Amino acid sequence: MTLIDLANPTRFLSLTARVLPWLAALTAILLAVGLYQSAMAPDDYQQGATVKIMFIHVPNAWLSMFVWGVMSIASLGTLVWRHPLADVAAKAAAPIGAAFTFLALVTGSLWGRPMWGTYWEWDARLTSVLILFLMYLGLIALWRAVDDPSRAARAAAVLTLVGAINLPIIKFSVDWWNTLHQGASVIRMGGPSMDRSFLIPLLVMAVAFSLLFVTLHLAAMRNEILRRRVRSLQMMQASRVTLANEVGAT
Amino acid sequence: MTMSLGPYTSFITTSYALVAIVVLLLILWIAADYRTQKARLRELEASGITRRSGRGATDF
Repeated sequence: MTLIDLANPTRFLSLTARVLPWLAALTAILLAVGLYQSAMAPDDYQQGATVKIMFIHVPNAWLSMFVWGVMSIASLGTLVWRHPLADVAAKAAAPIGAAFTFLALVTGSLWGRPMWGTYWEWDARLTSVLILFLMYLGLIALWRAVDDPSRAARAAAVLTLVGAINLPIIKFSVDWWNTLHQGASVIRMGGPSMDRSFLIPLLVMAVAFSLLFVTLHLAAMRNEILRRRVRSLQMMQASRVTLANEVGAT
Repeated sequence: MTMSLGPYTSFITTSYALVAIVVLLLILWIAADYRTQKARLRELEASGITRRSGRGATDF
């Protein structure tokens, strides 16, 4: 099966039906392994046991940006290539991205209170992630506000691409400004600065959460395709009723 | 073997519990949405509305 075959929603649904159970099982196994490793990881010499929050905070924070990246590529697919599944992919990803961003904010806040002495600080990293969360909510609201999916898709695609400017701001905010948030310790020049006893569980959890996103995203895309089928059949039904009424009247 | 989380147990357990709840809600929401869309398609097919291709709306 080539990539172009997946442009056909029916073929995409068929592929999804076959792949989803395997993906879900793999996600569950990796999550179980990651959670076990996180529980068994030693305490940090400075942060104590609160370092365990990192194993869920960091994957959610990475995914909050990754999902917007996926939506940006899908938006290019909508505006440039008019790929039939592009806006389906973007629309389906938004609520999942919003959930990951919400979790990144809340777990970060719960980690910040014992380590920084505050739940919240209006610094560059925290504020830019909050803006990302609000942009997710704005996009979801936009899709719900416009009835015609193709009109909503184009407006949402433009907004998504404009919003992508926030991604490098989030990533480099800890370098550009003074913030309470620590700098990069995994994806950085010179390799990770973290001990293996923390790095391995973190990477396993990151892969597990990424697989969770792929699984949920495919399932949500399948739902969106079915929703559009419902809409087109309802429109056919409405046009038949109108036609029947017109014939009855004459 | 018991795991000691020290003086910040509540912060750690609340974080993990919140992630579990939100992920579970996402899964349940997506599963419920799937059932809703399939039920609507079946209703429409039962009322005689079919796709232009002639294939069943719930056929993959």
